Amino acid sequence: MRRQLVLSTGCALAFLIALLGLPLVNYLAPAIMAKRVGGFTLAWLILGVLFFPYVWAISFHFIRRSLALEASEVKEARR
Amino acid sequence: MTLPPLTLPLAQAAAGVDPWILVFSLVTVAVTVWMGFRSAKSSKTAGDFFVAGRSVSVGWNASAISGEYLSAASFMGIAGMVMAIGYDALWYPVCYACGYLFLLLFIAGPLRRFGAYTIPDFAEGRYDSPLFRKIAVCFVLFIGFFYTMPQMKGAGTTLAYIFPGLPYWVGVAVVGAVITLNVALGGMKGITLVQAMQYWMKIFAISVPVFVLAAVFGGYGKNLSVNAATPAERAALVQNVEHPRLDLPAKAPADEAWISPFGPLTTKAAKAAKLSPEEARPLSLLYTYSLIIALVCGTAGLPHILVRFYTNPDGVAAKRTTMWVMILIGVFYVFPPVIGVLGRNFMPELYNGIGAKGTDKIVLELPTLIRANYGVLGSVLSGIACAGAFAAFMSTFSGLLVSMTGALAHDVYGRMLKPDSTPEQRMKMFKFAAIGIGAVSVGLGCCVEPLEINFMVGQAFAIAAASYFPLLFMSVWWRGMTMKGAAAGMLTGGILALLAAALTNASNLALDKGPMGKIFAPFAPLNEFWAHHPLLRILCEQPAIWTVPLAIGLMIVVSKATAKDVPKDIRMKMLVLHAPEALGLKNEYIQEHQSGAGH
Repeated sequence: MRRQLVLSTGCALAFLIALLGLPLVNYLAPAIMAKRVGGFTLAWLILGVLFFPYVWAISFHFIRRSLALEASEVKEARR
Repeated sequence: MTLPPLTLPLAQAAAGVDPWILVFSLVTVAVTVWMGFRSAKSSKTAGDFFVAGRSVSVGWNASAISGEYLSAASFMGIAGMVMAIGYDALWYPVCYACGYLFLLLFIAGPLRRFGAYTIPDFAEGRYDSPLFRKIAVCFVLFIGFFYTMPQMKGAGTTLAYIFPGLPYWVGVAVVGAVITLNVALGGMKGITLVQAMQYWMKIFAISVPVFVLAAVFGGYGKNLSVNAATPAERAALVQNVEHPRLDLPAKAPADEAWISPFGPLTTKAAKAAKLSPEEARPLSLLYTYSLIIALVCGTAGLPHILVRFYTNPDGVAAKRTTMWVMILIGVFYVFPPVIGVLGRNFMPELYNGIGAKGTDKIVLELPTLIRANYGVLGSVLSGIACAGAFAAFMSTFSGLLVSMTGALAHDVYGRMLKPDSTPEQRMKMFKFAAIGIGAVSVGLGCCVEPLEINFMVGQAFAIAAASYFPLLFMSVWWRGMTMKGAAAGMLTGGILALLAAALTNASNLALDKGPMGKIFAPFAPLNEFWAHHPLLRILCEQPAIWTVPLAIGLMIVVSKATAKDVPKDIRMKMLVLHAPEALGLKNEYIQEHQSGAGH
């Protein structure tokens, strides 16, 4: 359970840094975030498009590690 | 239900109806009812009704959860909001989708492993307290009804759009009756199939119009680039002169404010207080953070979503399901903002309307632009969009109805009123409860016509974020929690969030020019007060930033003070929550086939 919690917390941190960091970057560096990338402003591109794959990557990583942890827990308990 | 008086307005309304839109909408309703009937035949046991026999596979369940989750607010509201307020509205789709990550990381697996039927089951089982079950039931009904009202509004306005002249309440009553029938016949198992199908319908109905429109009017980036700060910049960015942007009416927000962060949504309170843009920026940042917390934590605390995890065969499947849900809804949420952007460029006249007559109907209205060049294809596209809207509010309402009905039939009747009832009796009760709650929902839905869809949804999220999210998160991971701590935190957080929402609602309705404005006139001085205290206004409109920490803090403090009340077998409870099924510790909290009274 402790290892699961560490894993969950780590993934949550990676997510929260991006989620809570973006408004802060928007606040502190509006000029950079207003730069145009293929018609999008940088801020729009990150929030409206890139955020979704980022979260998928986190959840994919979590599932793989979490199921591996469970398997090893079972192994240890059976020994 | 109220069939005889229906025929007259229907006959009048049918005159101005686009046949394609009518056909697509009717097909959606017919397929929903047919699938409901078909799967009703296979719903036999109480387990089928409450948790679909705990046998829903990952793919079906992920589609069903996604179908249930994408409500009228997602399908119609987000595009309208992006069009109306720009960048800040993007937080809604992103947080709706990403809130699931919190569910996946902290709640999905353990909650399933506990093996209950409903959240109140979990509340009672975790703390050995029948009293706590009652509190939890109240919150299920509370959040459920709050979330039902905007779905009903979506139903009423969409039907009024399809049949011009049809009274708002007829749409509410018709959709309410159809779904209630479905749920009463098939329970959870019946709606799983329907909701799964409705997800694919919705993704089809939002993506196909976007692709067609983008092919005609240019892509996402190109249409955003037209919204540049200065005319010179705009000229440099725009190569496509074939479809120039239409002129924006005076009511539309200016390009700069629309496309950059901290725009009209977050600066409303500061503007009312006549603050300078420099003074307003920190307040906007605060508003943004509070909105993010409400949406992310609220997603992880919606009872009708949580109850679905119990339909998975085990904790591993629950985790896998959540991941697929995130992918399915993430893909969906990319599309509505595109429609919002296109709407700003090519249908700016909608800025002059309000609510259902304004930007809210952009998803349904925008495809008709194709009609000018491609004739009937525009009507077909608009029909597809309407079918998607139908699927949206029907599936969310059926999910809400199942979770609320489950709370009544299983928790109130089966556990409190008549603990020795047989599964057959409880199944019968499920059907009665479904009809009762369906009727109440229709009644409530008829009252909320003047309120905005997304605003009501936001409030339901804020209440869920301050009550259920802290409860589940802390109960699953902290063994020192006591019933008193959990109850104190959940009640305080939930009630304060509700009060804040009610105050904001009342002051907004006081500004309404219709009959509602007269009823709420005593609250008008509140707006005066807000003008002097923009910070308080923001904290009241978006309460999550203080209610969520307050609820968690109270839980910790009160639990520490009542530490002697920690359940005696807490070690075993924690093991059941977290140990993999393969260890054989699992012990379904509710067991259907035990001898005697069922469970």
